[in-house]
Amino acid sequence: MKHSLPPYHYTGGRKIEAGRPTILFIHGAGHDHSVWTLQSRHFASHGWNVIAPDLPGHGRSAGPQLGSIEALADWVVDFASGLGLGRVALAGHSMGSLIALEAAARAPERVSHLMLIGSVAPMPVAAPLLDATLSNRDKAHAMINQWSYAPRAQLGASSIPGMNLTALNERLMQRQAAGVLHRDMAACNAYTGGFDAAARVICPSLLLSAALDRMTPPKASAPLAAAFPDTTRLHKVVIPGAGHAMMSEAPGAVLDALWNFVSAFPSSAQEQR
Amino acid sequence: MPIHRNAGADTLALHAGQTPDPVHRSRATPIHFTTSYVFEDSEQAAALFNQERAGHVYSRISNPTNAVLEERIAALDGGVGAIACASGQAALMLAITTLMGTGGHIVASRSLYGGSHNLLGYTLPRFGIHTTFVPAGDHQAWRDAIRPETRLLFGESIGNPGLEVLDIPAISTIAHDARVPLLVDATLVTPALQCPIDLGADLVMHSATKYLGGHGVAIGGLLVDGGSFDWEGSGGNFPTLTEPYDGFHGMDFTEESSIAAFLLRARREGLRDFGACLSPMNAFQILQGMETLGLRMERHVANARQLVAHLVKHPLVESVSWPELDSHPDHALAARLLPKGCGGVFSFSLKGGRKGGTAFIEGLRLFSHLANVGDAKSLAIHPASTTHFRMSPEALLAAGITEGTIRLSTGLETATDLIEDLDRGLYAAQKATA
Repeated sequence: MKHSLPPYHYTGGRKIEAGRPTILFIHGAGHDHSVWTLQSRHFASHGWNVIAPDLPGHGRSAGPQLGSIEALADWVVDFASGLGLGRVALAGHSMGSLIALEAAARAPERVSHLMLIGSVAPMPVAAPLLDATLSNRDKAHAMINQWSYAPRAQLGASSIPGMNLTALNERLMQRQAAGVLHRDMAACNAYTGGFDAAARVICPSLLLSAALDRMTPPKASAPLAAAFPDTTRLHKVVIPGAGHAMMSEAPGAVLDALWNFVSAFPSSAQEQR
Repeated sequence: MPIHRNAGADTLALHAGQTPDPVHRSRATPIHFTTSYVFEDSEQAAALFNQERAGHVYSRISNPTNAVLEERIAALDGGVGAIACASGQAALMLAITTLMGTGGHIVASRSLYGGSHNLLGYTLPRFGIHTTFVPAGDHQAWRDAIRPETRLLFGESIGNPGLEVLDIPAISTIAHDARVPLLVDATLVTPALQCPIDLGADLVMHSATKYLGGHGVAIGGLLVDGGSFDWEGSGGNFPTLTEPYDGFHGMDFTEESSIAAFLLRARREGLRDFGACLSPMNAFQILQGMETLGLRMERHVANARQLVAHLVKHPLVESVSWPELDSHPDHALAARLLPKGCGGVFSFSLKGGRKGGTAFIEGLRLFSHLANVGDAKSLAIHPASTTHFRMSPEALLAAGITEGTIRLSTGLETATDLIEDLDRGLYAAQKATA
């Protein structure tokens, strides 16, 4: 595994250009930037700067891994500021959604849009899974796949021709260093600041759920939705037929939801174009 | 580390990759006999070409029927995905050309299907890709043959013609020590008997023409990626996967997909440019065969065991070569790596030499005399009078064949009928050589 410093980030196949709106995609536990490939490429080829980092200690980014959602949020804010690209839209999946939420609360002036995908707060991790991430990674990967994909995806019928999505996810988790998944899951489990963070969000926000998500079911996101202030323009979208791994199970529907959302609330950088 | 299966093998063989289509509710996999797919609008068309959206554009690159087959074999083999090809040979060629160009080097088992041997030994050198052949079981020879420019190790689960069993865990370790992937041709075993990726292989290919299709009606090949090989961590040896490709938007395939870079390049370049795609009709026929793969392989193995048991004690039979026999050099390896059985293909040598072999073949009524294996129907061939007929007795011996060698592909018929047919052939051989 090649590591790079500063942290690796994927750009959707396009170079970064000043003056464009910027979207920062934040992956979930035990993952890397590659979970965002399809959505990233669309934004990048439609006038956006795309930054999809591998979080510290994940994928191609060197460690040390950060052990709390708050620390990761600070890292995202610093990383985004270091890009010198102005305000950024934040899109996060699962653990990444908590990081995005906390970052949007900590630096509201730097965030143009907040997109929470497969998100609930708090995000407790079932004890058997948390234990397995430490004692038996292989078992943990199986449990995650079982809960992350809708029944249809469990037997294939992939949205991406010829790909076995659950196997792809399992290999991606295997590729991360030992302990990475456990520390990510523990960070999710320990995070209690979701409601406070939501209350401080001032930018337009999207809560994107999948109808068959067993990790973060749409119903369970209601308390988080209620925590956003009335003044925040909060959109809620539920994708039918997909599970927690919705970016791969229903990549087009996820892209449409993200794209429609940012188009409905153009930032100043978007309007300049 | 093997991939978890989301269902048992027989369930996957019936369901993986397909759900009833939402429009017509067809239970069987529809045959999408179309070259191309209507774009929703210009925006969607551009998004498909730029790989912003998943979907089908042109059936040389992907096809919905083929995609079911690809997912099904990937699910069975424990791979992250697969590509359906026009033949097993096309699958092998696709694997090689995705990994290397001129100057590339392959280390391959000497015990290969003749078509693969031709490709590696005679054809690819014309394009600057060279192969060193080594004895399948000589681990030191594998190690010694690896050069700085080696990009692939290749062998068959059960080799040809001696049915040598490849020690996949050991050879994959040798490959990985050299930061090179191992490709295994699993045609003679299928996922019903062995999943090479679970044993350490990185890539698997099948001639789906054989047991997967199982009925001798469709030519096809499948290339499966285990998704476990770290291309990026191989010291720049695989620039086709780790460097920007001008032929597809400057895409760096490992950056695009940390896990499935190989398949991405193989589809985006190999299928697109070399064009050895599978017909969706063939994909459908292979899928039909795969639905009963587990049942069929059990019967192939059971029948082969009965035929072998009959032949080993027959006075006209000099020897029988099958890894399940104690007498086979790889018997212990087979017991470890192929506990469900060694398939239905085996060979035996008649005492009557070339003349006896010819008479045996002509005496058969149920076995079909032809050059194929893995059919539901039993097949027989006498290499000395057909595939190897130009070779001298000495050259035949060097290839592991005698003048009296017969290769059988045991079918699914009633075993007693097959034994009766073998006796018919043996009687003819006896008469001819008396």
